Amino acid sequence: MADVDDAGWARRSSVRVVPPARPRKLAKVPFVELADGRLQGVVSSGSDIERVYVSSLTSGTHAYHCSTNNNRPCGGLRGTPCKHLAALADEAVLQYGLDRVARYLRADAGDGVTTGAELLSRLDARHEPTPAAVVFSRFLRHLSYLEAPGNSTPLPELHWFPATGAGR
Amino acid sequence: MLGTQLTALTSGHPAALTDALDLVAGVDAALTRGLARVGEADATALAGLAGALAATPLADLVAEAIDKICAGSVTPEHLAALAGARSALLGAAHDALLGQLDAALGRGRDPWSVAPAPPAGPSPVLATVRAWLHEVAVTGWHGVDHELVAAAGTPVEAALAAPESRRLAVLLDGLAAELRACVPVATMPQVPARRWADLWARGVLLAQDAAAVDPPADVVDRVDGRLLPLGVDVHEHDTAMQIQVHGLLEPAAGGPPRLVRTAVGAAKVDTIVGPALWRLLQAHPTLLTALAQRRGVTVTDLPARGADLHWHDDRAQLDEPVDPFAAARVLLPGAQAAAIAPLNRHPAAIAEPVLLEGYAVRDHDGGLAADLDGRPLAVAVDRLPSCGPLTPEVVAASSACLGLLRWDDGRWLLQPLAVRADVKRKVVDVHTGDWACGVSDAKVAKAEAKTGDAVAVLRERAGRLLRR
Repeated sequence: MADVDDAGWARRSSVRVVPPARPRKLAKVPFVELADGRLQGVVSSGSDIERVYVSSLTSGTHAYHCSTNNNRPCGGLRGTPCKHLAALADEAVLQYGLDRVARYLRADAGDGVTTGAELLSRLDARHEPTPAAVVFSRFLRHLSYLEAPGNSTPLPELHWFPATGAGR
Repeated sequence: MLGTQLTALTSGHPAALTDALDLVAGVDAALTRGLARVGEADATALAGLAGALAATPLADLVAEAIDKICAGSVTPEHLAALAGARSALLGAAHDALLGQLDAALGRGRDPWSVAPAPPAGPSPVLATVRAWLHEVAVTGWHGVDHELVAAAGTPVEAALAAPESRRLAVLLDGLAAELRACVPVATMPQVPARRWADLWARGVLLAQDAAAVDPPADVVDRVDGRLLPLGVDVHEHDTAMQIQVHGLLEPAAGGPPRLVRTAVGAAKVDTIVGPALWRLLQAHPTLLTALAQRRGVTVTDLPARGADLHWHDDRAQLDEPVDPFAAARVLLPGAQAAAIAPLNRHPAAIAEPVLLEGYAVRDHDGGLAADLDGRPLAVAVDRLPSCGPLTPEVVAASSACLGLLRWDDGRWLLQPLAVRADVKRKVVDVHTGDWACGVSDAKVAKAEAKTGDAVAVLRERAGRLLRR
């Protein structure tokens, strides 16, 4: 959290509480989020443009799962996390930074870890099936923002949300 | 802005401002701990708020609400009264601060003209929003958990689906995203109590059935004239963005120039950041071109309310190139400003264009400050957007700045929108809107190309997966 130790933080109206996502390529992993106590997201299939995988890793317990959006288990899960989970973890680290991902998962990144896949390989992770529907519907909702109409009347409340990060 | 004007602005607070803000801080602390069981300190603070409003028309309503809240019976009406009382206090702070600014700059300001509000019936959407905000207030920020954050999903979705509650939806979505990232809030070293209470209180007011916030089309003015953009302010959170162009309008009918602004925005997702933001605004090519090429715009029959022009790109035509610095130097001192809508009055809404020249930039309290005749004005470097070329380094090398005067946490700040700076021994003008029609810096363009077109990738995915 940016500036959280700043004494004036509690009395400021315009602070960026959550640092903005860092730019990353979206083609392989269009959706990543830290929500519902999980690192979860959607990974595009490498072979079939119509298919996507829903992958998730639970905070604390480090239980993982990967399946198609129709709940068919991923063939790559053979006692260890599949390549989709590794890709999800990699992109999460690009988007949020290693610290934030590790903190959310309650994982100790340790020395020498720089990528999400490395972080994942250090975890004592175990497989536990979870339904894909919740994550997939969150992804569809995420996409539906792009279909929402724009506005040309002012939204005064956005003054609390200044764009930031120049020269990042 | 002259050194003497900056001195007038920054020497001393308006009377009783500190007391008012202390009362607000007391309410913020109560909302942090939650209203389920109001402790002694919070009860004293809330009683102080009621006392401050004793001489206003809200007096009885607020006094009764706070009595009941302290006794442990919180109804939606009591919370509306609490939110109203806090907002009234900050509205008064806004008026005092803006009055100080107008007096310092010699800026004239037209009052808000009251238009009759259209009758509003009960709305089920607003009811679900009120229910969630109620739950949040009773729980307190410290008690916010995954479950309460997830419960925001339904009201946010309902509000987003109804165009008339767009403002509320955007506010709520932004607040919910922050809470989601901070859960469990109890483990945070410090809670952004002022900010979250601001958003909560505004949300409660916007979620009232009587809150007719956008005037119907027949009560707005129509304007014709030449718009000279001074600069652009960019707002964004994970799922919404907006650009607000501040400019001078030379009315076609003659008379003094008016200080106006116009905002256009779009919904987005968190992975669309940086210069890609401009691509979300392609429905407004004239406005974007005017920013990128620094040109004036002739507008015809544009709806307006106070200082806000409601943009219609098809009613705008590009005009001659205009140097915003020259326009500000000549026209800004005599330009007529306008008041904002009563509901929007809050110190965070203050964004007044100014031109500063002949200052020195130096380090100040861990940030930058523009030093004008020995008087420092802190620079809001955290308000420089990543979608434009204006960086803290460029600001540090600048000698002239077009910016917005803002106020937060007890001090005035300068938010640069454009600077004239010495870069590699050449004097250049750098504006936040320079990349409105595409990135003009080769290095940044290359980095952009590397990550690809986020908007296009997500639209492709949406096209394939959404309509199933």
